[in-house]
Amino acid sequence: MTEKFYYDNKTVRNFAIATVVWGIVGMTVGLLVAFQLFKPAMNLGTQYTTFGRVRPLHTNAVIFAFVGNAIFMGVYYSLQRLLKARMFSDVLSKIHFWGWQLIIVATAITLPLGFTTSHEYAEMEWPIDIAITLIWVVFGINMFGTIFKRREKHMYVAIWFYIATFITVAVLHIVNSIELPISWFKSYYVYAGVQDALVQWWYGHNAVAFFLTTPYLGMMYYFLPKMANRPVYSYKLSILHFWSLIFIYIWAGPHHLLYTSLPAWVQSLSTVFSVMLIAPSWGGMINGLLTLRGAWDKVRQDPRLKFMVVGITAYGMATFEGPMLALKQINAIAHYTDWIVAHVHVGALGWNGFLTFAILYWIVPRIYNTTLYSVKLASFHFWIGTLGIIFYAVPLYFAGFTQGLMWKEFTPEGLLKYPNFLETLLQIIPMYMMRALGGTLYLTGVIVMTYNLVKTMAAGKLVADEAAEATPLPAVYVAQGSDKKWHRILERKPLLFLGLSLVVILIGGMVEMMPTFTVKSNIPTISSVKPYTPLELQGRDLYIREGCVNCHSQMIRPFRSETERYGEYSKAGEFVYDHPFLWGSKRTGPDLQREGGKYGNAWHYNHLFDPQAMSPGSIMPPYEWLIDQKLDTTTTRSKITAMRSLGVPYETGYEQMANAALEKQAESIALDLRQNNIKIKSDREIIAIVAYLQRLGTDIKAK
Amino acid sequence: MNIIYPLLGLSIVIALLFLGAFLWANKSGQHDDMYTPSVRILFDDQPEEPNDQQT
Repeated sequence: MTEKFYYDNKTVRNFAIATVVWGIVGMTVGLLVAFQLFKPAMNLGTQYTTFGRVRPLHTNAVIFAFVGNAIFMGVYYSLQRLLKARMFSDVLSKIHFWGWQLIIVATAITLPLGFTTSHEYAEMEWPIDIAITLIWVVFGINMFGTIFKRREKHMYVAIWFYIATFITVAVLHIVNSIELPISWFKSYYVYAGVQDALVQWWYGHNAVAFFLTTPYLGMMYYFLPKMANRPVYSYKLSILHFWSLIFIYIWAGPHHLLYTSLPAWVQSLSTVFSVMLIAPSWGGMINGLLTLRGAWDKVRQDPRLKFMVVGITAYGMATFEGPMLALKQINAIAHYTDWIVAHVHVGALGWNGFLTFAILYWIVPRIYNTTLYSVKLASFHFWIGTLGIIFYAVPLYFAGFTQGLMWKEFTPEGLLKYPNFLETLLQIIPMYMMRALGGTLYLTGVIVMTYNLVKTMAAGKLVADEAAEATPLPAVYVAQGSDKKWHRILERKPLLFLGLSLVVILIGGMVEMMPTFTVKSNIPTISSVKPYTPLELQGRDLYIREGCVNCHSQMIRPFRSETERYGEYSKAGEFVYDHPFLWGSKRTGPDLQREGGKYGNAWHYNHLFDPQAMSPGSIMPPYEWLIDQKLDTTTTRSKITAMRSLGVPYETGYEQMANAALEKQAESIALDLRQNNIKIKSDREIIAIVAYLQRLGTDIKAK
Repeated sequence: MNIIYPLLGLSIVIALLFLGAFLWANKSGQHDDMYTPSVRILFDDQPEEPNDQQT
């Protein structure tokens, strides 16, 4: 007895369009920041389009808007067909789609305005964090609801990948978003310093694992066999590598913090797990590539399969390189350099990008009941995209090795060979230009694809509800032997209940537990480390707003090459009042941990006003608006109060006097500037940021 | 470094959750047939009579 039903193609189509639109937006913004790295004037002269604010826009747009929508497109298409059931609820599908787009728009508006938490790949402020949680739950209900009303008992491996994605991303996002709001668009993480760093990279690494990897492996297992019209090489291997992958991935996060102030045993543990990850990762790559054994003639003709092959190969390269970068010896050279940028782009452009393109070329003609407008154009897209990846990655690898080695080179006399940081940067500027060329090629391919897909859509007509037929599962599944109880209990509602309760428990539990866990250990271990003054605190928030952390680290690793260049290496106890931590992950400019007292106030003023005047050839953009804009002191009070409730030992009642102290310190800096012939009022933002820069690392600075 | 305890705890909870899912999958026969599912997905399930749908 078969049932007739309809697959929802409209939601799939909507997500497909969103993928293409946001893909173009995200990559264009990426190109904008790439150009700024050799031509600072490309910041268009406004604070809203300057590197520090726009780089997070690029990363979030390509991860959550481009890849995010592509995931939903792939999941909504394949889930229905694998389970032989329409999505659980059309209303939820609609809420999911529009909710996600609203989140993206809100992000695209707030990030350039400078509303940022500064946690990498999670820069959105707390109201958006809450919206993401809600929409993610909607997605979960819709997915599990479909699973429960499925007409196919066996859950194909792709579905397991989707489930793992849903559960883990929910947990990661919530834990990494525990913030104490002080206004609608400003909050402080409850974690500080080392702890905050650990949470951020526990999140950051697993976001790569469960947002950029597992859903795409799931999609690979559905779309690759469909495209090649042959079963996956080994279904057994797919099950095996799924379970091993999800058990191992979650422990590898701290490899982003090798040689930092994080306890060494945590670093070593993450290295061990990172190396272990090669096995399940390559299990997936091998399984994908071998699916095409004996079908390489199809690859020659079908650009979609070409995209898949290069994408899966890029996945294999990136997942081999990742564990290598997690080895301390290699990390010592690669960390903070463009090597890492090249590494992630092999994954992003190759694996995520190319799989997305292949799936778009496959789905769109199908749901429009037509054929692809032009296979030739798709082929052109493939070749220009591949060239783009090569032109992007190769120069950046070269730049990474070059700069990493220059930073560490000593003369026979034992002095730094390149004591001026700028010299090591100027060396790799040509590489930045080639990278921008690579990005341009890649984006050109995407625009050609867009034309191709629009033409395809125009030639066909959307089959909004695609008819299908399948036999339903028995209403009550008759289990054998000992399975009887468990089936009834687990297979229906409870799993959904379990997932939902997990989310609820997490939110509640985290909010209550985290402050206790973090505040207790915020008792300073170095007695000379004191809380920031109100002016420095305001300056620090400006540093966060401008995204300085995107180019400047505040973490000196214990190498002679770094202590010679920057000063005493960083200690865990120095960061106990840092909500959030600002260690950074890339040194486009020099480390700033010991910046305090290195130069005078006037130098900082002039440098922020016109970096090229102080350091000829510098690619730092000018920050004139810090001179024009008045510092908002109305927030001082709530900031001090918030910090105190997070465990920073400001005296009771200090918030009342905070602004008086702030004005006093600002006046003294303005006075010093006036003595150096710089006329500036003490109420300007630049005064606060100079105060913060002059404080950096001075608490334990060796004289 | 107390934050490591909730993080370890959470990671273990996630791992246990996955372990539970794995045990359920094993018990309920999800892994009984390690070949047919890979072929089954290749077939489309449109109705016999041609209507608003195609390949």
